[in-house]
Amino acid sequence: MNEAAAPTAETARDGDSLSVTLHGTWTTARIDRRAAALPRISPGGARRARLDIAAVEAIDTAGAWLIYRTIKRLREAGVEVALEGKGTITAGLIETVARHDQPYPPPPKPDNPLVALVLRLGSATIEVAKEARDLVNFLGLTLIVLTRLSFRPWRLRPVALFSHMERSGLNALPIVGLISFLVGVVLAYQGADQLARFGAQIFTVNLVGIGVLREMGILLTAIIVAGRSGSAYTAQIGTMKVNEEIDAMMVLGLDPVEILVVPRVLGLMLVMPLLAFYSDILGLAGGAVMAMATLDISLFQFVRQLNNAVPIWSFWAGIIKAPIFAFVIALVGCYEGLKVSRSAESVGRQTTRSVVESIFLVIVLDAGFSILFSVLGI
Amino acid sequence: MAEDAEPIIRIAGLVTRFGPQTVHDGVDLAVRRGEILGIVGGSGTGKSVLMRCIIGLIRPVAGTIEVFGQDIRKLDDAGWRALRRRWGVLFQDGALFSSLTVGQNVEAPLKEHTKLPPDLRREIADLKISLVGLSPEAANKYPSELSGGMRKRAGLARALALDPEILFLDEPTAGLDPIGAAAFDDLIGRLQRSLGLTVVMVTHDLDSLYAICDRIAVLIDKRVKVGTIESLMREESPWIQDYFKGPRGRAAAQTAERVEAGHRALQGTDRGTKD
Repeated sequence: MNEAAAPTAETARDGDSLSVTLHGTWTTARIDRRAAALPRISPGGARRARLDIAAVEAIDTAGAWLIYRTIKRLREAGVEVALEGKGTITAGLIETVARHDQPYPPPPKPDNPLVALVLRLGSATIEVAKEARDLVNFLGLTLIVLTRLSFRPWRLRPVALFSHMERSGLNALPIVGLISFLVGVVLAYQGADQLARFGAQIFTVNLVGIGVLREMGILLTAIIVAGRSGSAYTAQIGTMKVNEEIDAMMVLGLDPVEILVVPRVLGLMLVMPLLAFYSDILGLAGGAVMAMATLDISLFQFVRQLNNAVPIWSFWAGIIKAPIFAFVIALVGCYEGLKVSRSAESVGRQTTRSVVESIFLVIVLDAGFSILFSVLGI
Repeated sequence: MAEDAEPIIRIAGLVTRFGPQTVHDGVDLAVRRGEILGIVGGSGTGKSVLMRCIIGLIRPVAGTIEVFGQDIRKLDDAGWRALRRRWGVLFQDGALFSSLTVGQNVEAPLKEHTKLPPDLRREIADLKISLVGLSPEAANKYPSELSGGMRKRAGLARALALDPEILFLDEPTAGLDPIGAAAFDDLIGRLQRSLGLTVVMVTHDLDSLYAICDRIAVLIDKRVKVGTIESLMREESPWIQDYFKGPRGRAAAQTAERVEAGHRALQGTDRGTKD
């Protein structure tokens, strides 16, 4: 970095005349708070002023701007100003900045925080209501297309369907399996810890069996699938939207719902029960391993207790939710993807929304199922 | 403009490679202080790559790049910092920070690199926004609220924020309508003259080449041929012949002639505006 002289201004007053001599480098890089105060120089009763810039080593628009502002301020105060020692380049610069001096509006003032809070609350509420309405619209559209397709099943695209089943189902096996197994372990350990106080260790099997089959298996699967596949659907369809691929499909007479949404929705609905079943098995296996390790319950005892304590309905109560959760996750994922506007950042925003919304809906639906099952006495 | 002026950028023997694909193989190029140099070439010949090498976003495999007489491959962090405030870069779509308003975008480099007090910083930003021909209201808008042409102007204002000595432009007129493109060319020419800039621009736009470029660097066969349009026309390379003498090239040349004639008629004398 070249150590050029700092910008300085020397002021001398003589009766009613003011003389300002500038030295140093008046550039954007060198101007500091002191130099920036130049335009605020007080005329102090002077009638005439001399601004001498002959000794200035270098100048750019920032320096030219300060000089221009100084002259303007002094002239507004009724002082006659003469600028001395300017070269052609400096004169050109000062002329350029003078031409572009226009009053700018100040940045808009933010609202009163209380008002802003109410405004935000209101607009967020309206936003949620609109979102819900649009989602129901999209649900209707998807159902119509599905019904239409069920009369013409040959229009279904098997390659796309199987590819989505592989990606959302088969490829999810490791992560779903691992998490289910670990949750089975945790459930058994916590249950054993509490139940041992009553000498009722064997009921740990009931806890693990009912807990995993009815709730944990399917819920964990749904949450993992929402995070893994629901977000992927949004990102894939959203990227296609950004690339105008969706528009191209429409123009070519292809129905994006039929081509993009149906294979994803159907594919996920087909694999989700299988994933949930797999999750159930591994959850129970986790519980069994823990029971054997800490409770001295043998595998045989575990299985017999499971068979006695857990009715087959518990299993079905879990599995029956799988296609419905799958439908909701795929629907929300595709819907948010189609809502992407033509910018890259909206892909990210919609993907986040898709995951949050589908997990929220899955848990709300799960609560609904719990109430329904308790009313039905299952 | 002196012919033998000290080059502000000097590239020698530049080689860049992406995997097995060689983009440049021995590029030599000197950019003179105060000129507008246009870099042209067919699609995929590495025009943008060449620019990205100079501004340090891509490391070449071999060769030297000197900017302001410093070899950029030997610079340390402080050297890079000092160098980066002496040039401004306009990316293809402006590359404005989407979370900041236009005004804040222009202020961003000033905030990072200078000791200007906030009110003066704001004034300088407003001045730059006005210099690139944006209306005062644009300062408080976010990039997403601007049209493509306005985003480019705002990007140019940010590139000019630190009063750079060199301005790099990546396809400044791509995506603009012909009137907007001509206005942008005119803007660049005027800024270059009034601020004494050296401009390096990657472009496809023949009208820009005729209107404002002093010299042209043509990327061809992984090397560079430099010259004025007249001298390049005498080259035998079929690509250059097609480029300048094809229908679009001829049309641009005619437009340039008409504009020139108009200028002469208006000014009475030669176009001696460049001092």
